[in-house]
Amino acid sequence: MKKVIANREINVNEEGYLVDFKQWDREICECIADECNVIMTEKHWEVVEYLQDKHHKEEPLSIRGIKKSGVINIKEFYKLFPGGPLKVSTKIAGIPKPKSCI
Amino acid sequence: MGTKVKKMLFILSKATIENVYAAFVMANGARMEGIESEIFFTFFGLEAIQKKKLENLHVATVGNPAMHIPTMLGGLPGVEALATKMMKKEMEKLDMPPVGEFLEILSDSGCKLWGCKLAVDMFHLKEDDFIEELDGIITIGDFYSRADQEGTHLLFI
Repeated sequence: MKKVIANREINVNEEGYLVDFKQWDREICECIADECNVIMTEKHWEVVEYLQDKHHKEEPLSIRGIKKSGVINIKEFYKLFPGGPLKVSTKIAGIPKPKSCI
Repeated sequence: MGTKVKKMLFILSKATIENVYAAFVMANGARMEGIESEIFFTFFGLEAIQKKKLENLHVATVGNPAMHIPTMLGGLPGVEALATKMMKKEMEKLDMPPVGEFLEILSDSGCKLWGCKLAVDMFHLKEDDFIEELDGIITIGDFYSRADQEGTHLLFI
């Protein structure tokens, strides 16, 4: 399905996750973040880059992985992306919602 | 859109691996969905938060028909240890953390961890016996008072 984000038509799934990562850029990212009540800071960008990197290497994302990431600890992660951190941060990063239960 | 569950309260009364992980995965899963979660460890569940015991929990091979081995075999020395080892290996493959690390993750994620006062007294345990992440030792009444909002659910494991 299509959704207008930052005055552009973007392909998203029914939960609002981007389907085509090529459509992702910083402007789109900030608009999605705003919808999730997140204001992007340098630390947010760092996390987004980490998540995208993992996704492109096809390594599964998990909260345990965040703990070991060296980029951010779990406490901060919950603070930066309230309301379900992996769910929210992956949406902002323009990558699919992780399927893991952990 | 959006779940109506706002808070999950778990009472963990057993210390077999399958029960402990069930509680941990559900409590963590709740936090990951933006739902509050807390765990109240009582009776044998207290083993899961005792520093000296938590990495030595076992899967139950006796009285567990889903193991598909005769109960009498399950009782032989070493069978429980072997089954536990196999299960831990499978869990590691799925990147499931060991009990101690899982407790750290839960605590860092904002899941509150409570010990049951009655059971702590009954087993003659001291605060020193427990992990640092424990938020306190409270009564069941105190725990009920944590159900302080609409959409709170309580689950006994």
